[in-house]
Amino acid sequence: MQGLILSKKNQIALASAILITIAFIAKLGFKIEAIAVWSLMIASVIGVAPIAIQAYQALRVRVVSIDVLVTIAVIGAFIIQNFEESAIVTFLFLFGAYLEQRTLNKTRAAIKELTEMAPESALKQMGNGEFVEVGVEEVDVGDILLVKTGAKIPVDGKVLSGAGSINEASITGESLPVEKELGSGVYAGTILDNGTLQISADRVGEDTTFGKIIELVEEAQDSKSEAERFIDRFSKYYTPAVLGLGVLVWLITRDFELAITILVLGCPGALVIGVPVSHVAGIGNGARHGILLKGSEVISDFSRLDTMVFDKTGTLTVGNPSVAEKIFYADDHEKALSYLASIEAESDHPLAKAVLTEIGATAFLPVADTEVVKGGGVVATVAGHRVAVGNAALMERENVPLHAQARADLARLAGSGNSLVLTAVDGELHILMGVRDQIRPGVVNDLHRLKKLGVKNLVMLSGDNQGTVDAVSRELGVTEAHGNMLPEDKSAYIRKLIEEQKQIVAFVGDGVNDSPSLALANIGIAMGSGTDVAIETSDVVLMNSDFSRLPHALGLVKATARNMKQNIVIAIGVVLFLLASVFLSEWMNMSIGMLAHEASILVVILNGMRLLRYRL
Amino acid sequence: MQLKMQKATIQLETLTCPSCVLKIESAVKGLEGVDKDSLQVLFNASRVKVDFHQEKVSVQDVETAISKLGYQVKKSTVK
Repeated sequence: MQGLILSKKNQIALASAILITIAFIAKLGFKIEAIAVWSLMIASVIGVAPIAIQAYQALRVRVVSIDVLVTIAVIGAFIIQNFEESAIVTFLFLFGAYLEQRTLNKTRAAIKELTEMAPESALKQMGNGEFVEVGVEEVDVGDILLVKTGAKIPVDGKVLSGAGSINEASITGESLPVEKELGSGVYAGTILDNGTLQISADRVGEDTTFGKIIELVEEAQDSKSEAERFIDRFSKYYTPAVLGLGVLVWLITRDFELAITILVLGCPGALVIGVPVSHVAGIGNGARHGILLKGSEVISDFSRLDTMVFDKTGTLTVGNPSVAEKIFYADDHEKALSYLASIEAESDHPLAKAVLTEIGATAFLPVADTEVVKGGGVVATVAGHRVAVGNAALMERENVPLHAQARADLARLAGSGNSLVLTAVDGELHILMGVRDQIRPGVVNDLHRLKKLGVKNLVMLSGDNQGTVDAVSRELGVTEAHGNMLPEDKSAYIRKLIEEQKQIVAFVGDGVNDSPSLALANIGIAMGSGTDVAIETSDVVLMNSDFSRLPHALGLVKATARNMKQNIVIAIGVVLFLLASVFLSEWMNMSIGMLAHEASILVVILNGMRLLRYRL
Repeated sequence: MQLKMQKATIQLETLTCPSCVLKIESAVKGLEGVDKDSLQVLFNASRVKVDFHQEKVSVQDVETAISKLGYQVKKSTVK
């Protein structure tokens, strides 16, 4: 019976609305007082039933909930035969709950979308070699699974046979399909766009990368900051206190109506719901944009950030050196490139790899008489030509004349942090290449946006020499740049900022060799392509190593923190206003109070929902 | 003797009022055999996580305690 009444709350609200309408038409339109009174009485009784049941259950576990306050107030109104109040208050309370549920689901939708991407079934190979569809929880490590076109990959594993392309957007945020073949790693929650694969299960369920992401986000949405825990403790005593206040007012003033009105006006309403609503919407927005925020405390710290410290290599720069610029000084580029490639193909120098990648497909010719010049480069004979590949010192040794233009180019490239590779054929300079660890595309703009969002200092730390670091720093426009730093120097630097200068510091790194700094910083931000280490050691994960999400992340946490404050102000403001006006004004009554409460709850939910649409 | 603890995760219908959390907490804590410190009622996820002693209380008991308050249990897992 109780369950039945509770499950029909929405229908009861509707019936109550109809009865109240009938009552008003009867009273104002036809002046039939009796019908009006009866309608309102019935509306009150059916309306209070579910609320009273909830109140009773709460009291049984010794909780004075809002339901208790409302039930007492409604019964009180009924006793003093103020049926209008009792009917309208119960209706508003039920209707408000209905609207809250509808809108709250919307604020949670972003995270729900993510969790619903979790795989549910798998085709598992049984003892007889047949593949049978089973629930994903029945898959163990080592099982062999079949995945068909359009299906979700159920586990993390390796391709045993077959080929296909997979959309890995759920893990990396990258929507371009990735080709998979024998031996490729595949991830749970990603979708096989075409092809058929047999895979072995390496990690299942919550151990998969996707499982960890979901767990992280789900825990994050309910993690509580100090402020929220305070509100929770506060509200535990707040409702009993309102009940006490009501009783006190009744004893002192002997005004029963005033006392029950206070019970309604004092409901905590939006206070308890305001913060979680902003929170879940903010984290949901992040999850949609490839930003995983680990909880409330992170949002609060991150939004008050002073200094952002970046690891250079792999974070601000791409991480592997490549040719930044190439200049030709003679005709017949193809031949010169082919000679250069032929010589570099035999070298294992790091610069050689960058040069070869740049040249790509070309004719590789036999190389003879190779002579390695220490600290200079290589001289060899290719197709009958004497070819020298190396730095300016080597050119001098080989008596290669460097004309004015070439000298100017050399100085310019060296000044912007490039390593130089010159190629001379038969004593004549043909090609100059500047090789450099490239800055990630768009980083300059992103750093500028971070500054505009209020980050005071942008600091770059690197293990490279100070010269290279300075060159990169000029290009990026960071506030400070320090080179020659080992991982422990980086964490010492961060410790100093936090402990001596009392700054709130974020560290952005790749999450592999910088875990001490990630852990030490107030906010550790990992540029992980969904790697475990990154997910575990950091507070914020940028999926797919996408640096451009960083300004969005900062803007989002600031917006979320603002949103929470707005909601707290709205909630407290409404309660104070209502309680003040019941003593100071004539027009305040229970129905208006309930209306204001329900409206304020909807306002904070709608305010929170704005975060879902937040974009920088 | 160290009793074996089991971990229950109970998914509920969408929780809307924060006082639900308080009620569910009190109700589950009132059961004999659940680890009070491990109890988490997740408002946004609408989920209850709790450790319990299998010998003293079953996951059905926990579910009943919650559903008696008027919150439907959607599914639960124990491990």
